[in-house]
Amino acid sequence: MARFTPHTDDDVREMLDAIGVETLDDLFADVSPKFQGELDLPPALSEYEALRDVDRLAKENDTGLPIFLGAGAYDRIVPSTVGAVISRGEFLTSYTPYQPEISQGTLQSIFEFQSIVSELTGLEVSNASVYDGANAVAEAALMTARLTKRDPRVAVSAGLNPRYREVIETYRVEVVELPFEDGTTDFSEVPDGVSGVFVQSPNFFGVVEDIEAASGAAHAAGALCVAVCDPISLAVLEAPGNLGADVAVGEAQPLGMPLLFGGPYAGYMATDQKSVRQLPGRICGETVDKDGKLAYVLTLRGREQDIRRAKANSNICTNQALTALAATVYTALMGPEGLREVAESSVSKAHYLAERLQASGFRLRYPEAPFLWEFVVELPDVKKANEALLKAGMVGGLDLGDGGMLVAVTEKRTKEELDAFVGVVANGG
Amino acid sequence: MVDNLIRTKGREGRRGYTLPKNDVDGTSLEKILPKAALRKEKPRLAEVDEPTVVRHYTNLSRQNWGIDTNFYPLGSCTMKHNPRANEVAANNPGFAGLHPLQPEAQAQGALQVMHELQGFLAEVSGLPAVSLQPLAGAQGELTSILMVKKFFEDSGDHGRTTVLVPSTAHGTNPATASMADFKAKEIGLDEHGCVDVDELRELVDETTAALMITNPNTCGVYERNIKEIAQVLHEAGAFLYMDGANMNANLGRMRPAEAGVDVMHFNLHKTFSTPHGGGGPGCGAIACSETLAPFRPDPAVEKDGETYSFVRPAQSIGRVAGFHGNFGQMLRAWNYIKMHGPDLRDVTDMAVLNANYVRARLGGTYQIPYDELCKHEVVVQPPKGKKALDIAKGLIDHGYHPPTIYFPLVVKEAMLIEPTETESKETLDDFIGAMLELAETTSEELEEAPTHAPTRRLDEARAARQLKARW
Repeated sequence: MARFTPHTDDDVREMLDAIGVETLDDLFADVSPKFQGELDLPPALSEYEALRDVDRLAKENDTGLPIFLGAGAYDRIVPSTVGAVISRGEFLTSYTPYQPEISQGTLQSIFEFQSIVSELTGLEVSNASVYDGANAVAEAALMTARLTKRDPRVAVSAGLNPRYREVIETYRVEVVELPFEDGTTDFSEVPDGVSGVFVQSPNFFGVVEDIEAASGAAHAAGALCVAVCDPISLAVLEAPGNLGADVAVGEAQPLGMPLLFGGPYAGYMATDQKSVRQLPGRICGETVDKDGKLAYVLTLRGREQDIRRAKANSNICTNQALTALAATVYTALMGPEGLREVAESSVSKAHYLAERLQASGFRLRYPEAPFLWEFVVELPDVKKANEALLKAGMVGGLDLGDGGMLVAVTEKRTKEELDAFVGVVANGG
Repeated sequence: MVDNLIRTKGREGRRGYTLPKNDVDGTSLEKILPKAALRKEKPRLAEVDEPTVVRHYTNLSRQNWGIDTNFYPLGSCTMKHNPRANEVAANNPGFAGLHPLQPEAQAQGALQVMHELQGFLAEVSGLPAVSLQPLAGAQGELTSILMVKKFFEDSGDHGRTTVLVPSTAHGTNPATASMADFKAKEIGLDEHGCVDVDELRELVDETTAALMITNPNTCGVYERNIKEIAQVLHEAGAFLYMDGANMNANLGRMRPAEAGVDVMHFNLHKTFSTPHGGGGPGCGAIACSETLAPFRPDPAVEKDGETYSFVRPAQSIGRVAGFHGNFGQMLRAWNYIKMHGPDLRDVTDMAVLNANYVRARLGGTYQIPYDELCKHEVVVQPPKGKKALDIAKGLIDHGYHPPTIYFPLVVKEAMLIEPTETESKETLDDFIGAMLELAETTSEELEEAPTHAPTRRLDEARAARQLKARW
C-alpha cells in the first residue's frame, strides 16, 4: 500500500501512553455499533500500481480526437501556464481563506476573477464563483425570487440548455415556458408574476439572442432579467449589463479548464450593486491591514450559511477557487485581444463548416438565425453519422434525437479536420 | 494605495499567448450580427506577457499557506496531505480530454472509475446506493434532503414540514433544510455534547421528515446514542441523515448503515484527500438505503455484464449538476482508496490517535469542555481572559495555520483542532509547545499578532462598509 502516515510503532506506543490507554482499539471504546469486519475493498496498491490502472482505464476512453461536441462544455486550448500555476501547492492545498493574513494569494486571485467577470458582463459585482454553470443558473433563479419578493417562478425557453433547466427544477423553482421559434425566443408575452426571465445567448442551439428584448419584457412584467452567457462570447458580444440584464451567469469552463468528463468547472455570477446582498456564496472585497497596507478579505459574510444558518441566501459554503484561478490565469494570458481572437477564430471556422455542409446539400435548422460557433445541421441519420465520424477518428456533434446534430467548432479545429468532417457526413455517414 | 493586481503589470498590446493561425477565411462579425449585439468597448483586462503572468501568480501563491507549506489543523476540514499521485491521475489526457457528452461506449474507462468508486463508498458506509454527482459537501446535504422531501411527496405524505438540526451542526445543515423548503428546528445537547435523546423523543412527531446528525459531531465527540436516535426517527416514519464531514474518524471503525443512517454525504475533499484548492472544487457524493435509492440524482452508473452505462433512477429528484459531477475529484478519490484498500482503517486510527494526543497534552492548560475520548478532532477553550482569535493569530507567528475558531457555536471561544493522520508526533509536539507558550503570552502582545505574516490583521468592517469587489 501507499502510506501517507508517519507513525512508527514507537510513536504509537508513546502517544497511547500519553493519552492513558493501552491500545488503538481503546480509542474507539465509545463507538457503537462498532464495525467488526474488514472493509471489503480491493487489496491496497502502491502508487506505481495504482497509476498503472489509471493508464489502463484512460485508454478505454476515446480521447485525443477532434471534438465537435459542445452543448455547454467546449474543447478549447488550455495554455500550459494555467496548469503550472494551479498545481502550485500553496494554491492547490490551501483551504477557504478564512485567515486572510495567510491567504492573500487565494483572496487576490478571487478579487481578480471577480473583476474579470464584472468587466465581461458589464455588471458591478460578482461572487467568487459557484459550482458550475447549471448551479449559477439555478441560484440566479432563487435570487430573482428574493429580489422581487415573489415566489420562485421563472420564464425560460427551449433555448436554455436543458440541463440548466433541470437543475432549476431540482431546486424547486417553477418553470414556465416561453415560445421558441426559428432558433430564437419570443419574449413578447412574459407571463404575469414571474420573478425572473432567462435569456441564454448564444442559446443552446448556438444562436445569438436579443438580451435587450428579454430585459425590456422582464422589467415590464416586474421581473428581473437573467442573461446566461458563454464568457468567450463576451469578448465580442455586448455585455449583458449594458443590455438591461440584472444578473449574468454562466459556465467558466471555456476559460482554461479541461473537459475532464464534466468537471470540475466553475460557475460565474454577477449583478448590480443594489442587489449584492442577495448574491449567494463568497464575495471578496478590498480593505487595509493594521499598517494601512492594501489587502483582500471575504466580505458581506452576513449572507452566508455559517453566520445566518437557516436564513442564509443559500447553503453554498465554498466556491470553486482553484478552477476560478484557472479562469483568471487563462484570461490574463489571453488578454482582451486574445479572447477576441479565440472567439473570432471559432466563429470563422464554424461558419466555414456550416457553409461547406450546406454546399454538400445539408440544411441548417435555423438558416436565418445569427450564430457564433455552434449550429444545428439536419442529417438523415445522426447516429450513423456519428458512428462514421468516430470510425474516421472524430467525435461528432450532439444527437438532438430529432434529426438534428448540434455541432460545436472551436479555435482548436483545423481546416483539414473540418473538411474531413464534411467528407464523412457527405459520404452518407 | 498601490495595488498589485495583474492589470497594473502590462501595457496595451502585450500578449501572453499565441494561438494557432486561423486557417480558414475570416468571417466578419459585423456581417453576421446586428450592430446592437456587438461589443462597443474592449473589456479592461490585463494585457501582459507570459513570464509576467507566471511571476505574478507564483508570487501570489507565496502569500498563501497550504498543507504543502504549513501544519493546518483546521477542525471540520480534514486538511490531510494530498498525494501527488492523485494529481497525476486527474491530469491523464485519457480522462482530461474526455467530453462529458461523448456516448457511453466512448467513455467506458471513466464510467468504470465512477462505478468502482460508487462501490467503494457503498462499502465504507454500508449503504447500498451511491450518487457521485453533488459538487460539494453542502450540495450533498441538499441532495440528500431533497431526496427525503421527494420520498414523502411521492408517498402522498404532505405533513412532513420539519427537519431537526442539533445545535452543534455546521451552518450548512439548517441552510440546506431551508433551501429544501423545510423548517429547521434546533435540538439541544446532553452533558457529553451529544444529541439529547430525551429532547428528541419530545420533538419528533408526524411533521418530522429527518434529523441531520454529524457523527462524530463538531465537538469531536462520537454520538454514542446514534442507534437509539435512528430508532426514534424510524418509529415516527422519519429519516436519519448523516453529515459525513467527519467521516475521517469512521473508516473501517463504524459503518453509518449499521447505526441506522438512511442517507449521508461524503466530502471526497476531506476524507479521501482530494485537494481543497483554496475553497473548492470538491465533491459531495452521497450514499443511501434501498428505500431512498430511486430518488438519487440523474444519472447513476450501472454495470451490465462488462458494459457500463448511465441510468436515471426511477423517482429521481433530477440533476444537481450540469454534467456528471466533479469527475476529476472522483478520479483522485478512487485512486486514493485504491492505494489504501482495507487499510483505510489505519487512516482513521492514526487520525484519532493524533487528536487524542493533542487533547491529552493541552488539557490542564486549555479547557476541554468535553474531556473524554475524542475522535478525529478536539474542541478546546483558551485559558480565562484569553480570546480564541488572539491565540489563533499568535499561532500564525509560530508558523501554524490556526484551527477553526468560534465553531461549534455551543462552545464559547471554541478552537476546533483537527490534526489529521498525516502529521508526525514531532509536528504535534511543536504545535502543542506553541499553544502552551501562547497560553502564557500577555493579551497585549497577542493582540498585535500576526507580525510575521504577509499582512497584519485586516479591517474587515471597512471591506463591508465600503464594498470594493472589483478593479
